[in-house]
Amino acid sequence: MKPRQKRLAIILGGLAALGIAAALILNAFQSNLVFFFTPTQVANGEAPKERAFRIGGLVKEGSLQRSDIVARFIVTDTAKEIPVAYEGILPDLFSEGKGVVAQGVLGADGKFTATEVLAKHDENYMPPEAQAAVDKAHEATRTLKQ
Amino acid sequence: MSQRLVNWFKFASPASFYPLAGKMWPWFAALGTVLAAVGLWISFFVAPTDFQQGEGYRIIFIHVPASWMSMFIYCVMAFWAAIGITFNTRLSGMMSSALAPTGALFAFLSLWTGALWGKPMWGAWWVWDARLTSELILFFLYIGYIALTAAIDDPRRADKAGAIVALVGVVNVPIIYFSVKWWNTLHQGASVSMTKAPTMAATMLWGMLIMALAFWMYSIAIALYRVRAIILERERHTTWVAELPEMQR
Repeated sequence: MKPRQKRLAIILGGLAALGIAAALILNAFQSNLVFFFTPTQVANGEAPKERAFRIGGLVKEGSLQRSDIVARFIVTDTAKEIPVAYEGILPDLFSEGKGVVAQGVLGADGKFTATEVLAKHDENYMPPEAQAAVDKAHEATRTLKQ
Repeated sequence: MSQRLVNWFKFASPASFYPLAGKMWPWFAALGTVLAAVGLWISFFVAPTDFQQGEGYRIIFIHVPASWMSMFIYCVMAFWAAIGITFNTRLSGMMSSALAPTGALFAFLSLWTGALWGKPMWGAWWVWDARLTSELILFFLYIGYIALTAAIDDPRRADKAGAIVALVGVVNVPIIYFSVKWWNTLHQGASVSMTKAPTMAATMLWGMLIMALAFWMYSIAIALYRVRAIILERERHTTWVAELPEMQR
């Protein structure tokens, strides 16, 4: 092997080793890298019990209730649901049927008391007219099924 | 070697690359200016308002291309680092050093515009989710590269040390890119990717792609411009630099 081929082999070998090391480390820290837990994961007992953590999912349609400054809503991943109470200002993008991430503690009664609520945005970008058309199409299929 | 149509190794010599870069950079700069003007016009006046985010979404025309560039430039730096270590070419290290400040600029822009968008949309300037954290690490890698190469006086040794940082850090790039797929993150998934149709309106997509192209042209122009300055600085004692017309005064 020429010296330059040797150096290239060392670089490629080093990168491969580094990549494998990184993959193993990230795999080991899997649970710490997760930004939030879904209601199903919480129901399966994967979420930490003693300390605060974040739950994420969709705000269930028709579940948002405001009394004074406390907002109550249900976070769902369509399989399991968790009721959440939050005292504070909700972000602009917060709305029913949209993604949400809430930080707080899970009570023994299965209710989640949030200290911070963040809106999780999806990757869809379109003009309002297009959204109206999508809603209309959904409405049409729904009436057809009935 | 002599049978080849173009002998690429000729341009590995700073003396022959210097005039070539000088001829190329104004073209890239002009193209970048035109594309940026068209891209910004589409972004602000043609692209429609978003159905959820209103006008706030327009940050993507800077944010997404800047993030792409920050990752891509790092890959190019790592490529030159590998070439430099393998073939022992002087120009490779100079190319890496010329690219680093532009990459750092784009990483910073990506983080900054993201924070400005995150406050009204998410409700937080910053969260420690996998996407944001790995992009911050990328920014620190650029800063680390610049600091390390600046701290070593001998340019050849500085290039070698920098090349190691560039190569080791390149592991972070796929982590940034796939972070939204591998873990639950607050950051949304990719709207544009190789594997599926883009999930955004066509005019928005065009605005973003043209801006990305403008950033490409800018990066190439500024890197060529900067590498010329680095060549002159490092080769100032050589006869070919002394014989340059711009040195005859």
